[in-house]
Amino acid sequence: MKQIKVLGSGCRNCEITANVIAQAAREAGVEVEIEKVTDVAEIMAYGVMSTPGVIVDGKLVHAGGIPGPDAVRAWMDE
Amino acid sequence: MFEAFANLLAFGLLGLDPVSRTGAAVQFFIMDVAKIFILLVTVIYVMGLLRAVVAPERVRAFVRGRPDWQARVLAVSLGAVTPFCSCSSVPLFIGFVEAGIPLGVTFSFLIASPMINEVAAVILIGILGWKLAALYVLAGLVVAWIGGLIMQCFRPERWVEDYVWKIRMGEAELPAPDTSFLGRHRFALGEVREIVGRIWKWVLIGIGVGALFHGFVPAGWVSEHLGGESWYTVPAAVLLGIPLYSNATGIIPVAEAMLGKGVAVGTTLALMMSVAALSLPEMLILRKVIRWPALALFAGVIAVAFTLVGWVFNALA
Repeated sequence: MKQIKVLGSGCRNCEITANVIAQAAREAGVEVEIEKVTDVAEIMAYGVMSTPGVIVDGKLVHAGGIPGPDAVRAWMDE
Repeated sequence: MFEAFANLLAFGLLGLDPVSRTGAAVQFFIMDVAKIFILLVTVIYVMGLLRAVVAPERVRAFVRGRPDWQARVLAVSLGAVTPFCSCSSVPLFIGFVEAGIPLGVTFSFLIASPMINEVAAVILIGILGWKLAALYVLAGLVVAWIGGLIMQCFRPERWVEDYVWKIRMGEAELPAPDTSFLGRHRFALGEVREIVGRIWKWVLIGIGVGALFHGFVPAGWVSEHLGGESWYTVPAAVLLGIPLYSNATGIIPVAEAMLGKGVAVGTTLALMMSVAALSLPEMLILRKVIRWPALALFAGVIAVAFTLVGWVFNALA
């Protein structure tokens, strides 16, 4: 099971990012647990200033803007 | 080319009368939609290929620990090439504070970032010519510089919310970008989709307002009231721009229509800067990190600076 965190203060792009990831996981048949991190202090603790950011299994894989579909698929294969 | 296309569509296909108000407005609308969107897509794509955008994380690393004046030069110039989304302004503010970057420098960055960007600059050149584009960029840099300096004099540290000082930022290595041509191409396409998807509404509204102004506001009335003789038109333009919000690109067609009808250059620039940089929603988001006095001061300082810039340009014109 992959632990995925979407970092963002709750803006629209963060919602979209979480949805994109959930869909890619369904398509790849990978079990994921998606958590939305909205607390600024926690977001900053990951070293991210440009939201949305994405953490996969504790590792920062993306920051700033909605991630591309190819990138999201690649996270599922790792 | 765009004009011929717009003429063909508005007067030929739709059968509108070129001298009628509706005809003029529709022709302006078609011409600007074609011109601006083609420019927009091209510029964003090319910038994406070059990866000419700078992430705020990198700006922070770059600016921290430098003497004040160097930090401000960097903040203002990097602010101009950093994409800015108001939903990121809170983490950005905290990140800068945590890095020990002076608040005045952070304010300089917050002014420059939404007001100037490379996309708006290229479209300005395309629509209004390089002279006006240079004036706008120069005025923006000066306001960002001076605005931050003045904020510093008021010791804004005392208005920063307490929790901000306690946040410790982690150091994370951002994933390395894919620098092959295919990787760049994908990134550039993604940028086009993301940015155009975000700002197209502002641009269309801007073109609509510009078209109405172009078609329906009589030139005589404009030169009588907005020609630059009356001192109050500049502060009025700045005040008008505060509740109105648009992206820096969206305001360009409005400026085009205004200048075309003879509105004074300083008044037009003041409105453009105020609409792009002074926005209520962004101010309200910043309330999460600074208290009201600092926000009011911030808005006041920029508004006064825009007014001064407007007056200077009107006087020089």
